[in-house]
Amino acid sequence: MSARDVLPGLMLLGLLALAPLVASNAALNFLLSSLIVALAAQGWNLLGGYAGQLSFGHAAFFGTGAYATAILQLRYGVNAWAGLAIGVALGALVGWAIGFLSFRARLRGSYFALVTLAFAEVLRILANAFDLTGGAAGLLIRMAPGAANLQFPSRATFLWLVLAVVAAVLLLTAWIAGGRLGARLVAVRENEDAARALGVDALRTKLGAIALSGAITAAAGCLYAQNFLYLDANIAYGTWISVEVLIACVLGGSGTVLGPVIGALALHGAGEAAKIALAGIAGPVPGIDLVLFGALLILAVAFLPQGVMGGLRRAARGLAR
Amino acid sequence: MSLLKAEGLSRRFGGLLAVDNASLSVPEGGLVGLIGPNGAGKTTLFSLLSGFLAPSTGRVTFDGADVTAEAPHRRAARGMARTFQIVQPFAGLSVRDNIAVGAYLRHAGRAEATRLAEAVATEVGLAPMLNAQASSLTVAGRKRLELARALATEPRLLLLDEVLAGLNPSEVRDIIPVIRAIRGRGVAILMIEHVMQAVMNLCDHVHVLSGGRMIAAGPPREVCADPMVIEAYLGHGAAARIAAGGAHA
Repeated sequence: MSARDVLPGLMLLGLLALAPLVASNAALNFLLSSLIVALAAQGWNLLGGYAGQLSFGHAAFFGTGAYATAILQLRYGVNAWAGLAIGVALGALVGWAIGFLSFRARLRGSYFALVTLAFAEVLRILANAFDLTGGAAGLLIRMAPGAANLQFPSRATFLWLVLAVVAAVLLLTAWIAGGRLGARLVAVRENEDAARALGVDALRTKLGAIALSGAITAAAGCLYAQNFLYLDANIAYGTWISVEVLIACVLGGSGTVLGPVIGALALHGAGEAAKIALAGIAGPVPGIDLVLFGALLILAVAFLPQGVMGGLRRAARGLAR
Repeated sequence: MSLLKAEGLSRRFGGLLAVDNASLSVPEGGLVGLIGPNGAGKTTLFSLLSGFLAPSTGRVTFDGADVTAEAPHRRAARGMARTFQIVQPFAGLSVRDNIAVGAYLRHAGRAEATRLAEAVATEVGLAPMLNAQASSLTVAGRKRLELARALATEPRLLLLDEVLAGLNPSEVRDIIPVIRAIRGRGVAILMIEHVMQAVMNLCDHVHVLSGGRMIAAGPPREVCADPMVIEAYLGHGAAARIAAGGAHA
């Protein structure tokens, strides 16, 4: 891990930590949800960006984390922090299980993507049907502000917590990317047969990637539940999160340390700006952010195939020349 | 004692018996060639030896251990490394990072893996290209990269699948000493090769595969004079015609 990889990211997050000094509550709420998506996208990035296994179903992990924290608190009286830890562990477990079933069956590329989508949809339908998950009515976490309950009276404290988690995952990603595991993930992405010939256990490498990816995205789900104190199947296991983390990574630069964070912030920033701008002219236009997400995805694929980070790197190389 | 031993290997693809009861052995530190006309089943046999394909029947032992059912990465860990006839670079990575993937097999730390990768690159003549993207290499460069990556796993046996194919004569001349030096370090080599100049020059023993069967084995000069081998390459009756032509001349 080199300082050059992580310093800009840590500086950006440090800057965002100062936001409560100037920003309104609404702006902090916006920043919080963007950062939670950024965290989920960091999870996607390890599996999709580094290991090259594209998932359309990261909602499966996000929802598992969210439901685990909520259910453990509501039904079993478990402390919210313990719920967070268990939720993260369950995210890893669900990731490992989906990986075991699909990678052992040699699914890759679009087949793997479709299977992950199917898993997420099955979980959504199940969560919508069972009493344990509150069915279609969803779950309401009892409001009980206090650090012990992972609920904070001030938005700022929660923002700092989320920023700390995002920073920790940023360091973890940089550490992985700079070492043996990172080299193996990328080798499997670039050419699985060649990797196997060089002694890389491709199945184990991919299982490690999906378990870690699931754990990180589940952490985002837990924080989402604690932030909004409400969830139902269409939020927790909804396709929106699967799509947003994917677009965030593609836009920011998948397979880069900072890409998912930049992508998520840019994506949400643009969506929010479009909403506000259009509301001034034509009144509220529901769904305009989704239209914009689609347009941004097309533009990124067409003009920035390696995302913002790839574009920056190319620009830097151009300047150095 | 033989380091690698294949006994009675067969592989069937539907109605086609691609490899038919083939046996061979590579002694510790030896340099053995595997030749044969196109479509003889050489690459299939390589895949059976390295674990990318499971044999229909037969047995592969490496250093006395039965590895017939082992996955390729396990065999690599035992010290068996292969290259691919159709080069398989990690295209988006630099040459250094490509080779480092091999080096990480026995070195967990980045510093050691990178150091080994650089040493291996120097050995095969890729040192000036360390920072280049693998996708920017020429054919000759990619062949060297295949070799370097396999070497970085610090193997006891190298399986080289046509590392000289597609190279021009001067490139072939450049790489032959590299292969000889690798062998000089005690690494055993089994090479599939069509470039006979290299086979004659390098190998102490040659196996000839034709139609999936081993039709001859022995020192290179003897094998090349074997009528069965000549006919496998040039068609039925060719050996007799050559002999007759030689008598007239």
